[in-house]
Amino acid sequence: MASGSTLNRRPARRTSVKLVIAGGFGVGKTTFVSAISEIPPVNTDNWMTEASRTVDPLAVGDAKTTTTVAMDFGRITLAQDLVLYLFGTPGQARFWPMWDDLSRGASGAVVLVDTRRLAISFPAVNYFDADSDVPFVVAVNLFDGQQTHPLEEVRDALRLSGEVPLITCDARDRRSVAGALTAAVSHSLRHSGAGGRHGALAAR
Amino acid sequence: MSGNGQLRGRTAATNPWVRPYVLTSGRTRGAGELLVHALVSAPGYDPQFAATLLPEARALYERACTSTESVAELSAHCGIPLGVTRVLLSDLCSAGRLLVDAPTAAASPLDRNLLERVLDGLRQYA
Repeated sequence: MASGSTLNRRPARRTSVKLVIAGGFGVGKTTFVSAISEIPPVNTDNWMTEASRTVDPLAVGDAKTTTTVAMDFGRITLAQDLVLYLFGTPGQARFWPMWDDLSRGASGAVVLVDTRRLAISFPAVNYFDADSDVPFVVAVNLFDGQQTHPLEEVRDALRLSGEVPLITCDARDRRSVAGALTAAVSHSLRHSGAGGRHGALAAR
Repeated sequence: MSGNGQLRGRTAATNPWVRPYVLTSGRTRGAGELLVHALVSAPGYDPQFAATLLPEARALYERACTSTESVAELSAHCGIPLGVTRVLLSDLCSAGRLLVDAPTAAASPLDRNLLERVLDGLRQYA
């Protein structure tokens, strides 16, 4: 087999699109994906643990390693030839390379925040603000259906620029999740018109 | 699938002491970049070819022959680490045994038509 040959690609019969669902631990990423995914969200604890074993000797034999990372993804078939994947990001700092991997080729991102614990979503906001070219929206997850803080206060606290959409959603509710995804894709659509910086880098 | 023949029967699935990248002859990258959401399918199933594969590559090949799934789904369902899955799938693609429907064939993930189709699709959930 010739090494270095290019992958055998054919004109797409089906197309897949990816959105990244980010945020700190416990903000409701898994709930968000579960609410709309047509498959039970695939929890990849096991293979991440297996993969990290080679780089993390301390993890070997530790029964708790399966709880060190949880990345979930779900799937929505939007049309016969169009599949949307939602990938949740792992929370731990040592999995940052995974964020780059998940963001590569993404059409947009939703950063979930919990207003009771805003700080745990700072790294996710910073990542998409500074280190990624994937357009993103920030969604306040209304855990009890109550909006406890005015959105402008949340925007100030997160130091979000005016151009980043800030919305609310209920991660348990399918329609609400669909609304958040729609907001994210609509925001990406505004970037696609520009064509320049974002389009070129996101396609890397 | 060169370089893996001598490991037959004693691999990560049956022996936890075989490290994942032994299955890929130490390679961490395949011939091309496979995105986690790239869809993989097979032009046809060849049982004789399947019989020559190591268990992990065989599991991926057989799964891809029964349904079109993303790289991430194949990895999760076959219980094979993502990095290893990528290398093995790349090999199978280079050999012409599997096909990748590039997620965004000639276009960027921010292609206007693509995003508009996604919005249309999401409307049924709203």
